[in-house]
Amino acid sequence: MSAAAISVTDLRKSYGDFQALRGISFDIHEGEVFGLLGPNGAGKTTTVEILEGYRRRDDGTIDVLGFDPQRFELGFRERIGVVLQQSQLLPSLTVAETHRIFAGYYERPRDVDEVIALVGLADKRDARVRTLSGGQKRRLDLGLALVGDPELVFLDEPTTGFDPAARRIAWDMIRSLRSLGKTVLLTTHYLDEAQELCDRVAVLREGLIVRIGTPAELRGTSLETEIRYWKDGEQIVLRTAEPTRVLNELSAEALAAGQELEGLEVRRPTLEDVYLELVAAE
Amino acid sequence: MRLFLHQLRAEQLQFWRSREAAIFIFVFPPMLFLLLGSVYSGTISGHPAREVLLAGMLGYGAANTAFAGLGVILVVRRESGLLKRIRTTPLPAPTYLAATLTSILLVFALQAVLLFALGRVLYGTHLPGHIGSFALVLLFGAAVFAALGLAAAALIRSAEGSSAVLNTVLLPMAFLSGSFGSRGRYPAVLRAIGDVLPLRYFLDLVNGVYLYDRAPWHHGTAAGILAAWGVVGIIVAVWRFSWEPRSA
Repeated sequence: MSAAAISVTDLRKSYGDFQALRGISFDIHEGEVFGLLGPNGAGKTTTVEILEGYRRRDDGTIDVLGFDPQRFELGFRERIGVVLQQSQLLPSLTVAETHRIFAGYYERPRDVDEVIALVGLADKRDARVRTLSGGQKRRLDLGLALVGDPELVFLDEPTTGFDPAARRIAWDMIRSLRSLGKTVLLTTHYLDEAQELCDRVAVLREGLIVRIGTPAELRGTSLETEIRYWKDGEQIVLRTAEPTRVLNELSAEALAAGQELEGLEVRRPTLEDVYLELVAAE
Repeated sequence: MRLFLHQLRAEQLQFWRSREAAIFIFVFPPMLFLLLGSVYSGTISGHPAREVLLAGMLGYGAANTAFAGLGVILVVRRESGLLKRIRTTPLPAPTYLAATLTSILLVFALQAVLLFALGRVLYGTHLPGHIGSFALVLLFGAAVFAALGLAAAALIRSAEGSSAVLNTVLLPMAFLSGSFGSRGRYPAVLRAIGDVLPLRYFLDLVNGVYLYDRAPWHHGTAAGILAAWGVVGIIVAVWRFSWEPRSA
C-alpha cells in the first residue's frame, strides 16, 4: 500500500449549535481517487474545505501532503489543485490567457497548451470565458486546477448540472488524472459517478462516516442478491444471501415441471441501493 | 517581485479587456470634463473656470476610480468565487492585493494625464507648477480612496447592487465636495455636509497645489483629515474583509 496523501483522524467542526462533522477519520492513499458521498448537508463540502485550508477545524488531526492546511503555507498551495463548487473566473479574458495567469502563480507549471488540450478546450483556446457553456467553464476550472501540476486535486461536485454527454467527458478527464498519478478527492451526490470513478468512497451522513470502502465492497457487504421472475402473471421477488443455492433449487423445480422461469433476473444491488439504504437508515 | 509584476500585468489585462470597467471607471470623468468644460467659461474666484473644473474632475476621478471602481471590482470578484479560488494558489494574498491596488492607481494616473492633456489642448489649462508634489498629492488621495474602496467592498454584500450603492455614495459626495464647480453658492446645510467628506479635503489639496501653486503641507489640516479617512477605511477593511462569497 502506498503512503497516505491525506490522513484525517477524529475531525470535528461545528457552526454554532450545528455539528457539521462529528468525528470522522479516513486516509486517502497517493494516486487514489477517493469519493465523499452523501446527501446535502452531510458534511462533504465542510470536509473538503477544511482539507483545502478554507475552514479551521474545531478538533481532530489532519495531515495533507505533510502539511496542516489551515496554515495556508505556500508550499502546500504549490502542490494542490482546487475546483470549487461554484466559481466564475475572469469572464472577459480568453481560456489561454486565464491559464497563463494561473500558471504564473506556480514554480513549475505545466505547459498551458497541453493543459488546455487535456481538458478538451483546445478549440476554445482563444474564446472569452464569458462565452463558454456551463460544462466548458467547469472544464476551465479543472484546467486551472491542473496548470500548477499538483499532486493532489480537490473536486467539489465536478459534474453537478452537466448533461449526460458532458458528464462522460468530465469522467474521462478525471480518469486521466488517475493515469497521471494524481491523488483525487471528489465529492458527489451521483452514485453512478462514484461507482465509475472512485477507487474508494466514504458515505457521510449527518457528519459521520457510515460506510467506507471500494464501490464493490459497499455493494457486496450490504444487501442480498435479488432474484426476480414471473409465475402465473405475477412477479416473484426473492432476496437471498445464498443466490447459488436458491437459483439451483428454482431452476431444478422449473426443469422438473418442464417450465421456463419467465423474465428471470438476478441482480446485485447497485451502489445506489446501498447508498439509499445507508442514508435513509434511522 | 516577479509574482507582483505578473499579477499587475494580469490586472491591467483584465481591466482594459472589461468594457464596463474601462468605460465607467476610465472614460467617465474625462467625458464629464469635456461636457462641463464646454459649458463653463470665464473665471471662478479668480481662476479660469476650466482649471477649477479640471481640479474638480481629478478629485471626482480619484474617487470614481479608486473608491467606486475598486469597490465594485472586489465585490464582483469575491461573489464570483475568484478571491476564494486565488487563496489556494501560491500567489500570496498581500501580493495579490498590492497588484490590484497598484493597477487601479495606474489607471487613475493615466486618467489624470488624459485630463491634463484634454484640458491643455481644448481649454488651454496650465500644467501644475510643481509636478512632483502634485503627483504626490494625487497618489495620496487615490490611496485614501482605495482604502475606502476596500472598506466599501467589505461592507457590501452582493455583486448586483454594488455599482448602484457606490455611485449613490460617489455622486452626491462629488457634488457636495465641489467636484462639479465651486461650492461658494451652496446652501449652508449642503456645505456643512460636504465639510465632513474626504473628497472635499482632497480637493482642497488639489486646488491648493494646482491653482494656488502652494506646497502640499500648506494644507496640513486637510491632509490630516484625509489621512484619518484612509485609516478609517483600513480599519473597516481589516475588520470586515472576506475572501469568500457573502451571498452564497
